[in-house]
Amino acid sequence: MKSTNDKVLAWLKPSVFLLALIPLAGLVTGAFQDTLGANPIEKITHNTGYWTLTFLLITLSATPLRQLSGWLWPIRLRRMLGLFAFFYACLHFLTYLVLDQFFDWPAILKDIVKRPYITIGFTAFVLLIPLALTSSNAMIRKLGGTRWRLLHRLIYPIAIAGVIHYSWLVKKDLTQPLIFAALLTLLLAARLPRRRQACLKPD
Amino acid sequence: MKNRIADNIPASEITPRELFYDRRRFMQMAAGASAAALFAPQIFAGEKLPAGSSSAYGLTDKLTPLEDVTRYNNYYEFGTGKEDPAKQAGSLKTRPWTLSVEGEAHKPQTFDIDDLLKLAPMEERIYRLRCVEAWSMVVPWIGFPLAALLKKVEPTANAKFVEFTTLHDPEQMPGQKTSVLEWPYREGLRIDEAMHPLTLLTFGLYGEMLPKQNGAPLRIVIPWKYGFKSAKAIVKIRLLEQQPVTSWMKAGPSEYGFYANVNPDVDHPRWSQAKERRIGEFLKRPTLPFNGYADQVAPLYAGMDLSKYF
Repeated sequence: MKSTNDKVLAWLKPSVFLLALIPLAGLVTGAFQDTLGANPIEKITHNTGYWTLTFLLITLSATPLRQLSGWLWPIRLRRMLGLFAFFYACLHFLTYLVLDQFFDWPAILKDIVKRPYITIGFTAFVLLIPLALTSSNAMIRKLGGTRWRLLHRLIYPIAIAGVIHYSWLVKKDLTQPLIFAALLTLLLAARLPRRRQACLKPD
Repeated sequence: MKNRIADNIPASEITPRELFYDRRRFMQMAAGASAAALFAPQIFAGEKLPAGSSSAYGLTDKLTPLEDVTRYNNYYEFGTGKEDPAKQAGSLKTRPWTLSVEGEAHKPQTFDIDDLLKLAPMEERIYRLRCVEAWSMVVPWIGFPLAALLKKVEPTANAKFVEFTTLHDPEQMPGQKTSVLEWPYREGLRIDEAMHPLTLLTFGLYGEMLPKQNGAPLRIVIPWKYGFKSAKAIVKIRLLEQQPVTSWMKAGPSEYGFYANVNPDVDHPRWSQAKERRIGEFLKRPTLPFNGYADQVAPLYAGMDLSKYF
């Protein structure tokens, strides 16, 4: 017999998958219809960056949502959401590499070393790679639950680095980065009480 | 020979606006982008601004299309997004408008915009525009040298600097309701920079009066400096003995200096200034010292350490 959770997931998972592709579809159609504005490369860069951060935050909301609601499905969607964060991060990095710099390696290297917002953004991207590579069930088994969980806690510094990356690159108007920072703080803070409880409770 | 002829044709005559839009509309329809075609092109208020062209300031660079010049603007008075000004600048009233020229002058005066338009012969000048954010455009501006105006008020010997002040009215300029910059917007030049023939008091572009999002009814254009130096919707010009503090200097003293000359060798603290993306082009191009105007303006800064006076 299928549980309610499985029934929900049966339609929720493909729906979320399709929804998560909408930002990409928007960019692709925009590129073909020439509606990305006067500076399309800048728009694609900002857009893919925005969706990377958004998917990181959505991924981080799975645990608090499960705790608040008791539903199981948020956790079952978490891997896919995290992989979408990685997917948009790849697009973001490729946009920088190909469209923005066009493989100008010396300039890219200089950027990574000299520009703090690129240093931290690039670091966050690199740290995402092991998480994506170890996202399969086989890899979880291979690593063992404890080590796997420890490794995947990297998501916290990655998300923080992502928000700092955004705040360091804007010229003056910090509104958007601060919204991301506030949401991230909320999502991280939501994890604290449970930790404390766990510490207080003798096992 | 070809270039010489091209230099003498005002940009506004190369493709008549109506034809440009007809073609564009046709292409939009053909592409099935009917939604885009519904928006009638209301970029200009429709007032032509006739100007002679001066071949001395001709450029072989390809002009940035009018559509891009008027929809991609940094003008925080109408929002911090670059597409905000084109959407929000409609609330600005450009008539009546006066410009007060005051301070260290023997004949300080207030000019009506319609008198200013007749103060000196209008010229079309095709200038490169380099933004501090590392993108650039090529714009056919219309105006006359600021020097022509400053001479009318007869600066005193104490006039060492010039300060430009933009209109301050949050009702007309909704971006001023947030404190992203200190309002009103202030910019400044050294008097010799202000008197330089390249410094253009600007009233129009592409053959017509300035669109509101581009600084109507009058702005300054200083082509060898980053775009933020070129203040828009100016209501006051003060001649000063001391160097003024500009809005961007207050916003980020370590990032935005008083001079702000385009310089590929002096990076913005957070990004490189070595290259720029010309709007409409794919590959970045190298940024030129003084935005390509070094021959005309480099002597103004002889002996100065340009990494210190950035």
